Amino acid sequence: MFKENKEKQKLLTSFEFEPGKVEKGYTDRRLYINLSENKIEEKPIDLQVKEIFTGGRGYGIWYLWDTVSSKTKWNDPENEIIFCTGPICGVTQYSGTGKTHVVTLSPETGTVNDNNVGGYLAPFLKFSGWDLLEIQGKAKEDVIIFIDGNKGKVIIEEVSGINPDTYLLAEKLTERYADDEKDKRNISIVSSGRGAENTNLGILNITWYDVRRRKVRIKQAGRGGTGSVFRDKKILAIVTKYAGVNAGSNNAAYPELLKKAGQRLTKEILKLDHIQNGMRETGTVNLLDHMQNYNCLPVHNYKFGSHPDAFKIENKVWHQRITQNQAGDSCWMGCAMRCAHAVDAFELSTGPLKGEKVLVDGPEYETAAGFGGNCGCFDPNFILEANFYCDNYGMDTIGVSTTIAFLMECYENNIINKDISEDLELNFGNSKAALELIHQMAEGKGFGKIAGLGIRQIKKILVEKYGADAEFLQDIGMECKGMEFSEYVTKESLAQQGGYGMANKGPQHDENWLIFMDQVNNQIPTFEDKASAIRYFSLFRTWFSLVGLCKLPWNDIEPEDNKRKYHGLQAAKVPEHVENYCWLFEGVTGKSITPEELILQSERVHNLQRLFNLKMGFGTREHDTVPYRAVGPVTAEEYESRSELYAQQLQEIIKFDIKGKTTEEKMKALRDYREEQYQKLCDAVYKRRGWDSNGVPTLENIKKLKIDFPEVVELVKKYQL
Amino acid sequence: MNKVNGRDREWEKDLTVALLLERCKYTFPLIMVKINGKYIPKEKYKDTLIMDNDDVRVIHSIAGG
Repeated sequence: MFKENKEKQKLLTSFEFEPGKVEKGYTDRRLYINLSENKIEEKPIDLQVKEIFTGGRGYGIWYLWDTVSSKTKWNDPENEIIFCTGPICGVTQYSGTGKTHVVTLSPETGTVNDNNVGGYLAPFLKFSGWDLLEIQGKAKEDVIIFIDGNKGKVIIEEVSGINPDTYLLAEKLTERYADDEKDKRNISIVSSGRGAENTNLGILNITWYDVRRRKVRIKQAGRGGTGSVFRDKKILAIVTKYAGVNAGSNNAAYPELLKKAGQRLTKEILKLDHIQNGMRETGTVNLLDHMQNYNCLPVHNYKFGSHPDAFKIENKVWHQRITQNQAGDSCWMGCAMRCAHAVDAFELSTGPLKGEKVLVDGPEYETAAGFGGNCGCFDPNFILEANFYCDNYGMDTIGVSTTIAFLMECYENNIINKDISEDLELNFGNSKAALELIHQMAEGKGFGKIAGLGIRQIKKILVEKYGADAEFLQDIGMECKGMEFSEYVTKESLAQQGGYGMANKGPQHDENWLIFMDQVNNQIPTFEDKASAIRYFSLFRTWFSLVGLCKLPWNDIEPEDNKRKYHGLQAAKVPEHVENYCWLFEGVTGKSITPEELILQSERVHNLQRLFNLKMGFGTREHDTVPYRAVGPVTAEEYESRSELYAQQLQEIIKFDIKGKTTEEKMKALRDYREEQYQKLCDAVYKRRGWDSNGVPTLENIKKLKIDFPEVVELVKKYQL
Repeated sequence: MNKVNGRDREWEKDLTVALLLERCKYTFPLIMVKINGKYIPKEKYKDTLIMDNDDVRVIHSIAGG
């Protein structure tokens, strides 16, 4: 790959730096690269920024805010892509501490986007001496950025003519930059693929080397099109190399606290995981059976919550397909959850690698639910092939599957015909057509050119060019703020509707996942209860991204007696794990922290992110509106599929006499009620968050949070009611 | 009449916890049951009867996405 392209490889610039000094989890400096100017610089992190925004996503959002104007577009050179570490990032004594947080302006939403992703990048970056890697500008031709953390050197090399798809590229780059087989574990690569170039759904793949399998493994920064920004800047790859990670790499203030928290969690995981969620066996895909059984599995573009064929893709199927007991399934050193599973030697049946036996990283729940349920293709081989190619091409499996499900519903409603789809028969369940569309999207060819734009832009084209019914498309097009929904049916959980609709970056479940607490357990019955839960959990989950943590070890494992010791919402917070996090923060930074202060750290960043949306023209109430498909039945077919439940609600809650009423009349009454409920929930959440009725943080609130910088105050003043 | 997770449900004679879970299609393996605030261990689901007016809580310990 590189040997035959030597004449096209050119050193553009290099930069030498003093290798890393991490003190109490921080390096207090950032590596700034401008690709338009071939400039590499060291920049400091101000003490005030550190105190207010803590680290990770907090830093990323602040420095991006400081860089872009309200007019900056995702593909303007001044947009940055920022890779963030946090103070707890890289701790090897506790599970789930290797997360990289990525911040940029999104091609899907037009505003600030954040991703969190496993792999070894962030710890290597920090131990090399950098809390942040900030990349601005655009290269003329494809470049590789190589950061050698031991030698203290950054090199930018031009390398045109290389296929950007991840699977082969990451293997070749690992070989190219490692001194020998043993050294491969010291390499982490960021790459993407052709799909990121040709769609708005681009992802980043971040690697680690699986020593046992002798294979490069990947995790994805998936939502919002971050990979499209990466390829727009003509970055082929970022290679980070660092040897020498050990338990002392963070120079923690109180290592004994890390050890205490780590031992407590590891014991729980080893003792309880197999009887709790089985994260070590199949990972997040264990959710599939439960979502099916409780009517939350998205089927046929979220029309239904279950399907008779779902057993074909249930957890035990994946248990057989996934290679079990692999030590390499930890996406950072020391993680006992080991949930990054893979299917080995899967033979591809389509596409450029047809016939190759490949390692498929996954599937995660979202991928299996999206391609399996939502597209109606209950075939594990199809799911694995779609999973592999989306990763390889650098495309988001959630965005792609939700978009294809939407297109399938349009096709079945004759909104899209074969003339528009260029002969693809996009019926639900047509896995062959779905795979062909994935290849077309990646290559930017055929109907894939339209599909790759994402649902919001597709709706516009179908209305403006083909005369489609705008209201119907608004109802069934599962996007909010321009981002596609992740894979849960929310019709019977008002709290989760709000969790999606009022999430800062768009409808991704990483801010809130309240379905069972609300719909099944009925633990948050009032608007105030739901608002409190939405506020607390969105802030708690935000905190992971400030410090470099993974969410999964928080509540995908819990102490044996958690539900007996604690009750209601308190139990859902998993208090002993919150205590672990306080120990970790204090153990690394030396600063004692309470659970309430932890929430305050998040609240500052969460509010700044909301204000960032406002700065870019999106952060008001109207942008928190969700499509009606997320709230209730859009079609008679959907209504009739659960008519007993809806009839009961109409009679008992809404007091609507259903005798002699048509399905349409019943649907209208239900819709009026549910849409009103959603608006009331918005009111309650805004109030609980200290925002006005338009969803704008109040001046009082931003002062309390100490984020009342002059430009923030000026912005908020424009929107004061 | 019973309450199950705060919602009204017609009382049935000879209804055990195990039968209630079956009727409600509560198949999730990690649940905790309380009747009128009293914790019911899993091994007693088959023998524990639910009486008229009992307030039953079936809390699912599911972490989700």
